[in-house]
Amino acid sequence: MTTTETATETQVAPKGPQSLGAVFDDYRARVRGGEVGALPAVAGAIVLVLVFTVMSGTKFTNAFNFSNLILQTSAIAVFAMGLVFVLLLGEIDLSAGFTGGVAAAIVGKLMNDQDLNWVLALICGLLAGATIGLVIGLIVSRLGVPSFVVTLAFFLALQGVLLLLTGAGGTIPYRDSHVLAIMNKNMPLWLGWAFAALTVVAFAALGFSRRLQRQRAGLPTPTILVWVLKSAVFAAVVVAATAYLSKERSRNVFLASLKGVPIVVVIVAGLLVVLTFLLTRTAWGRHVYAVGGNAEAARRAGINVARVKISCFMMCSTLAAVGGVLLASRTNSVNPSTGGSDTLLFAVGAAVIGGTSLFGGRGRVLDGILGAVVITVIVNGMTLQGQPQGRVYMITGAVLLLAASVDAISRRRATATGRV
Amino acid sequence: MTVTQTESRPAGVEEPLLSLRGIEKSFGAVHVLRGVDLDVRAGHVTALVGDNGAGKSTLIKGIAGIYGFDAGEYYFEGKPVTVHNPRDANALGIEVVYQDLALCDNLDVVHNMFLGRELTSSGLLEEATMETRARETLDGLSVRTLQSVRTPVASLSGGQRQTVAIARAVLWNSKIVILDEPTAALGVAQTEQVLALVRRLADKGLAVVLISHNMNDVMQVADDIAVLYLGTMVAQVKASDVTHSQVVELITAGKSTNGTKGAGA
Repeated sequence: MTTTETATETQVAPKGPQSLGAVFDDYRARVRGGEVGALPAVAGAIVLVLVFTVMSGTKFTNAFNFSNLILQTSAIAVFAMGLVFVLLLGEIDLSAGFTGGVAAAIVGKLMNDQDLNWVLALICGLLAGATIGLVIGLIVSRLGVPSFVVTLAFFLALQGVLLLLTGAGGTIPYRDSHVLAIMNKNMPLWLGWAFAALTVVAFAALGFSRRLQRQRAGLPTPTILVWVLKSAVFAAVVVAATAYLSKERSRNVFLASLKGVPIVVVIVAGLLVVLTFLLTRTAWGRHVYAVGGNAEAARRAGINVARVKISCFMMCSTLAAVGGVLLASRTNSVNPSTGGSDTLLFAVGAAVIGGTSLFGGRGRVLDGILGAVVITVIVNGMTLQGQPQGRVYMITGAVLLLAASVDAISRRRATATGRV
Repeated sequence: MTVTQTESRPAGVEEPLLSLRGIEKSFGAVHVLRGVDLDVRAGHVTALVGDNGAGKSTLIKGIAGIYGFDAGEYYFEGKPVTVHNPRDANALGIEVVYQDLALCDNLDVVHNMFLGRELTSSGLLEEATMETRARETLDGLSVRTLQSVRTPVASLSGGQRQTVAIARAVLWNSKIVILDEPTAALGVAQTEQVLALVRRLADKGLAVVLISHNMNDVMQVADDIAVLYLGTMVAQVKASDVTHSQVVELITAGKSTNGTKGAGA
């Protein structure tokens, strides 16, 4: 490994920074080759927002609805981020929704019946989620039962557990102000701005340091303009969103003031950063992609495939527990359908719409959030127009089908052009 | 990692890097390898040929530690060793490139070359270092066919994929590279590229074991030819000492009517 020093001198010269045009051409070639990434989700979200803005006007675009959208998105996004890990392996977790419901019920029970501190209760909830994931992972990886069947069984069983936990009363109320604050309170304006500033600075710094690292190692580096553009766009989006959320959005200011960035944004953003980091910057993350791409090759390379699978199922279920608590915090209680009905299907749909492949090996944590935005915008926008629920489901189904088709087509294209 | 061989014997140049003596292997009632001897020398390409079912795969899987041999001696650098699992073989510096290559299509060249053995510092992947080392290895093998080491392996041609798999085997200062049918799925031009690469590996001082059904490839690139016939090593000879047809005879009949000039059985 002493060779790296000498290489820097010999290899710096050949290529200067790649020009902006070259970077763009490269990106276009990749998209054409079937690596569409987040493009359909982002484009879809923009189109949907424009359509609903034209159709509903300020009823859709007002600040109150904007924060509402964020709250509606966050729970689905967290479930979807967890599912990305399982989907990356080419597996599925149908039980994630009720795992969240059960975890939320446990948290509620512990706080109400045992008077447990809210932090400890949340930790227990996460552990419950992790344990469920561990059991699923063990069955899938050691016994070799298809994850579809295992998690279908867990879906049914956990639904029963939730029903028993909620008991005769039918609901477990959440009373702790801290847990309720997650989905019901906003950060003070200064904190929101501080958070926004921190995010922008961190984003720019991270991009710059990575660029510097590559340059030092004498590897081809895109022009500095790419970094400037990326950072500028990111900063503009964050500042605009923060400014909009900092506006007063209460319908009656004298009754209660309502402004600032919702607290849940910090949680979702934090999860996005940490999970993306795990998946792209650690050996474990690399192994997840390897197992999803070619499990046999991964095994021969000395990767413990069973352990990777178990850890992914644990990750999914733990995040489902987080999602379940978010759902309960929003409705102030846990009921037998918390995490049920369309939660799981929306979450899987979100991951796929965001660009995560159902065939495994391709996907990002960010996909979960992007897809969740698309789904929430559809549901929110159509509901605001007073469309019947049946039609909302039909449109959502059509969009999911579209996304899955894009996945399949891009995959076929990828094989044709030799990309996967 | 410097190769310090030749300690046991002064005439070390002739000392085989890997020697097998009297190897026996059975699967139940099937006696697959019967007293097989094999010598693999550094800087030489040793072709291992034989008809289907002759025991080639069993022999290399035993060398690689996937199976244990039932009986026989396994010498590495003149010293007797025991290889229980693939990790032991890797530790000795033995790498196998299997026919299916075992590459992950969704990962790029660098990721594949370091698969399972990623370089990390305090838990983080050292992408820049890995990319540099991957490039150095490929440059060291005079590989000019890969434009970017950051392209996903799926977008590479068969020959390029073979190159990546071989480069991965070489990356770890390995001493013996065993190639299982590296040219079986390749076109003419790509076969030439891969064979040239095999030759360069040997010229760099590595021992190469090449399993092939293609006599043209074998005659073109091999220094030594070892012929397995129904589980026995019927000949291990210098490639220059035999003709194409003699090798074919050895493979199909287990003996050569003209007689081989080298060792025989």
